[in-house]
Amino acid sequence: MTLDAKVPSGPIETRWQRRRFEMKLVNPANRRNLTVIVVGTGLAGGAGAASLGELGYRVKSFCFQDSARRAHSIAAQGGINAAKNYQNDGDSVFRLFYDTVKGGDFRARESNVHRLAEISANIIDQCVAQGVPFAREYGGLLANRSFGGAQVSRTFYARGQTGQQLLLGAYQALERQIDAGSVTMYPRHEMLDLIVVDGAARGIVTRDLVTGKIEPHLAHAVVLATGGYGNAFYLSTNAKGCNTTAIWRAFRKGAFFANPCFTQIHPTCIPVSGAHQSKLTLMSESLRNDGRVWVPKRALDAGKAPEKIPEPERDYYLERLYPTFGNLVPRDIASRRAKDVCDQGFGVGAEVSGVRRGVYLDFRDAIARLGEAVVRERYGNLFEMYERITGEDPYRVPMRIYPAIHYTMGGLWVDYHLMSTIPGLFVAGEANFSDHGANRLGASALMQGLGDGYFVLPYTVSHYLGDERPVVLSEDHPEVKESVKAVKRRLKRLLSIGGRRTPDSFHRELGRLLWDHSGMARNAAGLERAIVKVPELRAEFYEDLRVPGSGSDLNQSLERAGRVADFLELGELVCRDALARDESCGCHFREEHQTADGEAARDDARFSHVAAWEFAGDGAVPRRHREELTFEFVKPTQRSYK
Amino acid sequence: MTRSMRLVLDVWRQKGPKDPGGFVRYEAPDISPDMSFLEMLDVVNEGLTERGEEPIAFDHDCREGICGSCGVVIDGRPHGPLTATTTCQLHMRHFQDGDHVTIEPWRARAFPVIKDLVVDRSALDRIIRAGGYISIRTGSAPEANDVPVPKPDAEVAMDAAACIGCGACVAACPNASASLFLAAKLGHLHLLPQGLPEKDDRVRTMVSAMDAQGFGHCTNHRECEAVCPKGIGVAFIARMNRDFLIASVASRHEVMAHRRR
Repeated sequence: MTLDAKVPSGPIETRWQRRRFEMKLVNPANRRNLTVIVVGTGLAGGAGAASLGELGYRVKSFCFQDSARRAHSIAAQGGINAAKNYQNDGDSVFRLFYDTVKGGDFRARESNVHRLAEISANIIDQCVAQGVPFAREYGGLLANRSFGGAQVSRTFYARGQTGQQLLLGAYQALERQIDAGSVTMYPRHEMLDLIVVDGAARGIVTRDLVTGKIEPHLAHAVVLATGGYGNAFYLSTNAKGCNTTAIWRAFRKGAFFANPCFTQIHPTCIPVSGAHQSKLTLMSESLRNDGRVWVPKRALDAGKAPEKIPEPERDYYLERLYPTFGNLVPRDIASRRAKDVCDQGFGVGAEVSGVRRGVYLDFRDAIARLGEAVVRERYGNLFEMYERITGEDPYRVPMRIYPAIHYTMGGLWVDYHLMSTIPGLFVAGEANFSDHGANRLGASALMQGLGDGYFVLPYTVSHYLGDERPVVLSEDHPEVKESVKAVKRRLKRLLSIGGRRTPDSFHRELGRLLWDHSGMARNAAGLERAIVKVPELRAEFYEDLRVPGSGSDLNQSLERAGRVADFLELGELVCRDALARDESCGCHFREEHQTADGEAARDDARFSHVAAWEFAGDGAVPRRHREELTFEFVKPTQRSYK
Repeated sequence: MTRSMRLVLDVWRQKGPKDPGGFVRYEAPDISPDMSFLEMLDVVNEGLTERGEEPIAFDHDCREGICGSCGVVIDGRPHGPLTATTTCQLHMRHFQDGDHVTIEPWRARAFPVIKDLVVDRSALDRIIRAGGYISIRTGSAPEANDVPVPKPDAEVAMDAAACIGCGACVAACPNASASLFLAAKLGHLHLLPQGLPEKDDRVRTMVSAMDAQGFGHCTNHRECEAVCPKGIGVAFIARMNRDFLIASVASRHEVMAHRRR
């Protein structure tokens, strides 16, 4: 099987423009006879459903939350990048493209990334027109900041609530279409299967989370915008409901899963405080601009109050190891060094399962240099959030931080049109793999989600509908009936095991396995062990799970059990992919492949490709396919932060 | 640091919308002060599940105070004792060993109970649907910096836009009014030049929608502002009332509204 990404050729600046002209259109009168299903109402799904509805298609929009406004895009704090060059500091579409390809450590597709950089400016225009209250200068024009180590200021923001404001813009656009009758909204509905007939996506099977009703929804095309799978690790910065079920069910029906091992870790999260921990909270990494990271030099000081540890006894390890970048080294490096010092016994804070996993992020010197008022002005809301969660005042006591799973660059494989290997199945936002390579830059997730939804799907979905002229199945079609039956069988099985353990207890155990063996640093032996242990845990799950209640009303245990079941399958694939990618790149760090200084050593000769996995049946090892990556416009280089 | 607490919880259990429901008492014997309120409920639920009982249903998602999913009434106060804090961000260190804690769902006619602590807040979506947006087509936006917005206006618009749609304001109001929710959206959109072309029509249709959804009216109790996790003030309600009055006397908008429906 060859993976055809359908990438246009020629000068990169005009590829998207030319492709848009080449694509088929659908007559406005015919659009109202065409149904498009959009699953997920985050930035990609909300923007996509609203835009497709506005074009005149009949759109059915689904989310598991009680309202389309709650998708986890809402939690993004920092901002959204766009190549507007309002600051006159040398930004351009090409520079944003270049930075994104390089930031992804040369594992992304050039054509997709360039298109993203091109449409970034339109996204800002669109959002401002919707009334998104971006930060402004005193002259009334839009403000920008530099973010995530970028040398230009191209990030637009709305206080620390950029994701929320962008999502509310998309949500309001969606509500407008619901009012106009072009979009039908299905909140509290979870997609539990994809209906594929004659090789094409024809609809989905959902469960109404309130009544338990299982029903098929049929369509001419299906869009999945269901987010990332970071919650496979149990503890992550994702919302509790984030799950892999929609994309995993599509994978099982034939959609290839690309680069599942590319999972990003964010270095500045609030550490775990105990076994009860249900999620981890991210704090903006802008904190590293003024905070200094340290641990005690002697392991026996780890339990001491920080003010009792004198200056010479403190190890400012990032400043020591990276004199040029110091505390501002990239996310993955800051994360791995924190892991190292904690593994060596120098970690601070609460002991959880025998290890202290935390390092200090100290503002003492910043307060002395700038005064408390300036620090408060810059970071006041973050300090407040920290104090709310930990009960400690960071103006007096150094913050404690530790890395956490934050974003997944991997996802369903898509071509240039965001169509998966199943015709008629499109995948947008974090759910696809396309634009961030092995590492996502700060403030680029919001850009990709909205770009896919507002400015890519409306063209590419239309092209598919105009070109393929798919037909809608009848609900009596045997494949539709079989999908519905399969979903019911699976739910019945989960409800009837009658064991002793809760879904969460399995989820925590899976999370620990993945974090230990396929987290910040990976090696062949650990991954091989995890590939054995995850299926063992999966077997135990189906023997000892307990789900109280029934399937015919709101049953949150049942919802969780279904999601954990899919994470238990996905977790194995993450490990297999990490093992097969026998190199280090971006956030994927294989201990066997590092430079003399302990940095990621890429192997372009063997691994300059996308790994796309094909489901081969239960119990069978999935097949690994490759999409070769060629770099015509940005030449691969090795990064250095010394 | 790790002292553990024992709490007694009186939790509202209700099987479904038609069930009368009632309080059930649970012991929460081993609660760490570092847990969030929802993590405390998680621990209780794990215990119930292991015993084969149905866990307490409650809405939650991001657990970082921004999605607006969570929210229960704790000892009579929506989101509990701390000001400007969602339930998920309330931590157990604000409770004492031995405390009795009463936990109920939002109570309002417009928010029917689905199960236990979970209520149906879709009425809030229907208010937004009635005009809580700017009618702009995808792709037709002008260049973003063509319309300057005075910084103070942008700041106050952002104060209003910070609403997370949790519904605590409704739960706290003796009239179960959604005025603060509605006023926050109108304040956000009407402080920006982009929102002005549809202003009169918007305030009229949205206020009508609030009435139609079964929410009450504002009679200035200001309980909403006291429990709002984002600290949104009632000044936005005053602004909404003024806008509503102006819109009501402007007859041309009646014609427009008529044509639109």
